[in-house]
Amino acid sequence: MAISDVREYTHLTDEEVEQIGRELDAIRAEVEESRGAADAAYINRMIKVQRGLAFAGRVTLLASHRKPAWAAGAAMLGVAKILENMEIGHNVMHGQWDWMNDPEIHSSNWEWDTAQPAEQWKHSHNYVHHQFTNVLGHDNDIGYGILRMAREQKWHPANLGQPVYNALLASLFQWGVALHDLDIEAIRKGKKDPKEMKRQLGQIWRKGRNQVLKDYVVYPALSGPHWRTTLTANATANVTRNLWSYVIIFCGHFPDGAMHFTEEEIEDETRAEWYLRQILGAANFEGGPLLHIMSGNLGYQIEHHLFPDLPSNRYGEIAVKVRALCDKYDIPYTIGPLHKQYGQALRTIIKLSVPNGFTTSDKPEPPSPDRAPVERGRKSDAERPSRRAELGGWSRKAS
Amino acid sequence: MAGTIPWERVRRAGSKLTTPLHPDDYLSLVNPLWSTRELRGRIEEVVPETEDAATLVIRPGWGWRYDHKPGQYVGIGVQVEGKYQWRSYSVSSAPKRSGRTIAITVRAMPEGLLSSHLVNGLAPGTIVRLALPEGDFVLPDPPPARMLFLVAGSGVTPVMSMLRTLDRRGSMPDVVMHYSSPTAERMIFRDELDRLEEGHEGLTVHRLHTDTEGMLAPADLDRVCPDWRERETWACGPGPMLDALSEHFEAEGVAERLHLERFSLKLGDAGGEGGTISFRNSGKTVDADGATTVLEAGEQAGVGMPYGCRMGICHTCTVTLVSGAVRDLRNGEEYAQPNEQIQTCVTAAAGDCTLDI
Repeated sequence: MAISDVREYTHLTDEEVEQIGRELDAIRAEVEESRGAADAAYINRMIKVQRGLAFAGRVTLLASHRKPAWAAGAAMLGVAKILENMEIGHNVMHGQWDWMNDPEIHSSNWEWDTAQPAEQWKHSHNYVHHQFTNVLGHDNDIGYGILRMAREQKWHPANLGQPVYNALLASLFQWGVALHDLDIEAIRKGKKDPKEMKRQLGQIWRKGRNQVLKDYVVYPALSGPHWRTTLTANATANVTRNLWSYVIIFCGHFPDGAMHFTEEEIEDETRAEWYLRQILGAANFEGGPLLHIMSGNLGYQIEHHLFPDLPSNRYGEIAVKVRALCDKYDIPYTIGPLHKQYGQALRTIIKLSVPNGFTTSDKPEPPSPDRAPVERGRKSDAERPSRRAELGGWSRKAS
Repeated sequence: MAGTIPWERVRRAGSKLTTPLHPDDYLSLVNPLWSTRELRGRIEEVVPETEDAATLVIRPGWGWRYDHKPGQYVGIGVQVEGKYQWRSYSVSSAPKRSGRTIAITVRAMPEGLLSSHLVNGLAPGTIVRLALPEGDFVLPDPPPARMLFLVAGSGVTPVMSMLRTLDRRGSMPDVVMHYSSPTAERMIFRDELDRLEEGHEGLTVHRLHTDTEGMLAPADLDRVCPDWRERETWACGPGPMLDALSEHFEAEGVAERLHLERFSLKLGDAGGEGGTISFRNSGKTVDADGATTVLEAGEQAGVGMPYGCRMGICHTCTVTLVSGAVRDLRNGEEYAQPNEQIQTCVTAAAGDCTLDI
C-alpha cells in the first residue's frame, strides 16, 4: 500500500503523481536559482530589526516601575522573541539561509532564544517531524506525546484532562518543546540509552539555565529596586511568545483538512509521494504580510513542508504556484483564517479527550474503521527510514 | 589600554545578557567592525595600480593581528549576489604592529568573476570578511645576506611586502629581483620599484616585458644573476614558470634554496583510491575516483557544499568526516579518524567514506 491509495489521490495515475513531483521540483529549482542579494538583505534586515527590538525592550524595562515603560518594554521584548523563534531561528535552523555561505547565519551553529538546544530541535523537528509528517506512530508532533490528536490514537482515561494539559502546554510551550526530543515515555519505561539521556539532559540544563538566569535574574538585578516589575515584564514576554508560537504551530497540522497517514502508506515512498503527503498533511492560514512575518511564514505551512529549506520570504510567491498546481490536479489544499484553523484544532483537542464513540470525526475523510489503533510510544532512529535531502541541516557535535 | 582591560572577561560577562547570542552580535550592528565572531574589514580605499589591477586598503576589525609576516596571504570573503565568495591574496603592505590597515593587491583575471569584482566593483566602505594571514612564503628574520626574487605578473605582491619591510627597516641586503610582465604598463608597482632601486644600493631590479622580449627561461638565470646558486630564492608567478624553476633548481642540486608561492593549487600524484562518498545529512551518495576532490564529487551529486578559495587555503570548505578515509592531494597525507575535520577542496576519497553534510 502506498500513499496513492489514499482516497484523495486515487484519481491520480502513477504518471500524474510523478509529473506533480517534477513540477514541484521545477518550482524549487526556480527559487534556488533566483536567490540573491534581495533575499540576503531580507534576512539581515530581519535580524537587525529583531535585535534592535530586543535591545530597546531591555533598556526600556530598566524603568519598568512606570506602567507605560513596562507595557512597551514587555511588548518589544515579546515581539523580539517571537521574531527570533519564528521567522529567524526556526528558518535558519532549517538551512534556509545556508546558501549565503555566511557562518553567522547558518543552520550548523545557530542557537535560538528558547529553552530547547538547537541540536535537539534539528533532530526532533527537521528530521522526525518534517520527514514523517502526520504519520501515526512516527511523527511525535501529533499531540507531542501529551495530547491525543488523532482518532487512531488509543484513548486512555488520562486523556480526559486534555483541555487542562492543553492550557498548560500553551503557556509553558518553550519548556514543552525543550523536553520534546528527550522522549520521556521511553525514559519512564527504562528504554532510553542512559548515555544519550545524560547528554541531552546536560544540553537542556545548560541552555535552560542560561535562559532563566538572563530573564529572571540578571536583567531584574540590573533594574535595581524595580527588579520585580522587570521580572514580571520578562515573564509576560516569554508567555506571550509561548502562546503565540503554540497557536501558530497548532494551526499547521491539526485543522480538520490535515490528514493522518499510516506506516503502511509511507512504505517505499517516492519523492513525489512524499511531496503529496506534505500537501495533504499540512494546513495554511490566511493573513497579511505582518501576520506572516510574525508567524515565521508558517501560514504557508504547506509550502514550508514541501520546501523546508527554501527562504521563508519566498513562500508567498511559491504558494500561488502550489495552489494552482493543486487546482489543476484536484488535490485538496487546506486553508482558512487563523481563528478558524485554531478553533478546529481546539475542538479536536476537546473531542478526543473522550473515547471515539462519544463524538464524530470532523475530518473531510474520516479514518476507515479498519485502521488499527496506534500504540503509544515512539520509534527510535534505528526503526525509521533514513533522512531525506530536503529537510535542512542536522548537525551533532561528536561529544 | 588593551592590556589593562580583560576584554575576554568583559565579553563573557556580557554574554549573560545576550545569551544565546554573543555581545558582538549586537555590537556589530552599531559598527560592523566590532565583532570577533567572524573577522571583518572595511574597504578604506581602492587604489588603481594598472589598468586591470588595484590595491585594496582594508581596515580590519576586532580580533585582527597586524603582525603578519612579509609574504603571507590573507583570505577575503565578499558578498556577491547575497553569497559570500572567498579568495586568498598576498598582503602587499609591510607588517606594522601599530598599523591600522592592511593592503592587498588584486589583478582582475579574465575568467575570475571575483577578482574583477574586487578591482572594479568594491566601493570604499564595503564590509568584507577576512581570514588571518597564513603561509610559509615569508621573509626570514633576520633576512639572508643574499637574496633573489623571481616574480611574474601579480606574483609581485608578496615580494613587494618583503621589499617594503626591508626598506622600512633600512637594511636592504644584496637583493636581485627579476620581474616579468607582459608590458611595462601592466607592471604593478613599477614606479615604487624604481624609487626603491634608486634608494638602495643593494637592490637590483631586472624588468622583462614578455610580450616583446619573451619569457624568462631557467637557463637565463646564469646571465641575469650569475651567483643565483648561492642565493636564497623566492619565486611567485604562474604555475608553469614555477614548475620549470623547481625542475631547474633540482637539477642543479640547490632545490632547498628555492621558496615557492603558487597562486593555484598543484595537486600531487598522491591520489586517493577513490570510493563511494556518502553525504549523511543530505542522504546523497556518489562514486568518485582518486583524483576527484571531495568538494567536486559533492557538487556533482548536488550537495550544497561550502567552498571558498578551492585551493586548500581558506578553510571555508571544511566539513566533518564521519567515517572512512580521505587523502590530501597535495602531500598524500591520509585523514581517517572518525569525526575529523577535512578540507574538501584538496582531499579525495581513499575508500568509502561518509561526510556530515
